[in-house]
Amino acid sequence: MGNPLILVRGGRDDARLRRSVGTRIGRGGKPVPAVPFRAGNAYGAVAGPPRSCRKTVHGMKTTSHKAVDLDAASLGRLMPLHLVVAADGTVLSHGPTVGKLFGQDPLIGRPFLDAFSIRRPGDVSGIEDLRTRTGQRLFLVQSGSPHQTFRGLVVPIAASDRLLVNLSFGIGVVEAVSAHHLTDSDFAPTDLAIELLYLVEAKQLIMTELNGLNRRLEGAKNTAEEQALTDTLTGLRNRRALDLAFGRLAGAGTPFALLHIDLDFFKEVNDSLGHAAGDEVLREVARVLTSETRKSDTVARVGGDEFVILYADLAEIGAISRIANRIVERLSKPVRFEDTTCHVSASIGIAVSETYARPDPEQMLADADQALYASKKAGRRQARLFRSDGSMELQGAETGLRVD
Amino acid sequence: MHGLINKAIQSFIRDSYGMASWLAVAREAGLGFENFEPMMSYDLDVTERTLNAAVTVLGRPRITLMEDMGTYIASHKNTQQVRRLLRFGGVDFNDFLHSLDEMPDRTRLALPELELPELELRQESPGQFVLRCRSRIEGAGHVLLGLLRATADDYGALVYLEHRGTDTGADMISINLLESSFADGQPFDLGARGAR
Repeated sequence: MGNPLILVRGGRDDARLRRSVGTRIGRGGKPVPAVPFRAGNAYGAVAGPPRSCRKTVHGMKTTSHKAVDLDAASLGRLMPLHLVVAADGTVLSHGPTVGKLFGQDPLIGRPFLDAFSIRRPGDVSGIEDLRTRTGQRLFLVQSGSPHQTFRGLVVPIAASDRLLVNLSFGIGVVEAVSAHHLTDSDFAPTDLAIELLYLVEAKQLIMTELNGLNRRLEGAKNTAEEQALTDTLTGLRNRRALDLAFGRLAGAGTPFALLHIDLDFFKEVNDSLGHAAGDEVLREVARVLTSETRKSDTVARVGGDEFVILYADLAEIGAISRIANRIVERLSKPVRFEDTTCHVSASIGIAVSETYARPDPEQMLADADQALYASKKAGRRQARLFRSDGSMELQGAETGLRVD
Repeated sequence: MHGLINKAIQSFIRDSYGMASWLAVAREAGLGFENFEPMMSYDLDVTERTLNAAVTVLGRPRITLMEDMGTYIASHKNTQQVRRLLRFGGVDFNDFLHSLDEMPDRTRLALPELELPELELRQESPGQFVLRCRSRIEGAGHVLLGLLRATADDYGALVYLEHRGTDTGADMISINLLESSFADGQPFDLGARGAR
């Protein structure tokens, strides 16, 4: 504490210090510390008159308790948000920034507790109450501007019955600067308000970038997930997506139906007309299957020419049967590919969750597969339902679909 | 290298030479992507490759590109936020110059991972300064030179700036502040956070 301060900015001797009145100075030391001091006295302002100014800057040596005499301009620079309050509670004078807050309303002569109300402590109703709060932190509100809050400190002015109130915007400084168009010169050079504003803006810039990054990552994640669950050729779901959907349906406990669809004569198309034709057939099948399902259903391609549809909330055999037969019928229509026509059809095996006490995906798929096999064996181009007694009931009588 | 620096290089090339030029630079540098992520970290090598590719593709010397980049960062409409953060350094250009010493610390306060060049300002005589700039990126001093020119304009200061080569690996910039308030300069409203 006894080390003399060395001014980095503004000069080292008294004469130069005097010329620095009212400007921002910094402090250094020998050896120069790696991290310069940035707090308290280190970021000092010099106030006149010269005698007391020397005491302020080299102030740690001060031993006398002699009152410091400051002129109004110096006081205003040191504490731009101060008010001097008379014994009767009226404002005698104030710092320049206080004046900005009140604009055209003259503050001199107005009762302090009329211009400001003390929010905490809650028991300050008169100027004498305020006097008893000397040295404590106060929370104040500007009358008529309930959002303009301040921290404050009241101290008695020596050898008088006047009070000195010093205010600070606290964390409300950001709003205050906007609301009152404050500038750097409205703050004491020792005040860290500008640094706070800087940090707020830097933080906003960083948050904007981070939010952008989050959006891009979210988009990339969704795309990756979508790709991981999608069959790239047809755009239908893949086996992984089917398993997930199966798990959801089995867990939900509502009835659902499973259609296992296998194309007939697909290998022939592939072999005779080439893969491009085969791919076109698969895409057309995908379009048909998608049009036969709702958004809540799952259509997956699980093998070369094998598809599975999960119908959520569907238990009525008649409805399932109609859908299955419509699919058989639609998939029997020839598919145009360039100059040729591809002929395939479809065989379907059906299993419904209500057949089981606790539907198990593996079991349901195996049973639907059995029903599919039965359809194939019976001549293809048909749909059969797996029954709990193990029979494979032919679907289609009611739609009049002819079974080949 | 912090993504913000790489992103600034990308924005500078895109806004000054066009999107096609930036894509050509990204290809030439073999980045494998078209956009730097400003909040991610990259190897220094990636920055170096990008700068070298810019020299090749744009056909301009590195120091010219670096200086133009500095001007861009401090003055282009797409980097207004940076300009504002710079202006927090001081009420006039003289004040701003003195704030350069603490710029890396100030930046660290906001974004600890962002590594800026080490800056050291020495006053030789009234109005006459030497700024030392040490960075892992070669030619960073030229970025600073462009940035100082643009900032001086922004403050309305009359300044003579010169790159004086390097000294033990640090770029040396001489600054002759002829007049702190020569012209009106651009206004700076402390509370105008809407300048986004």
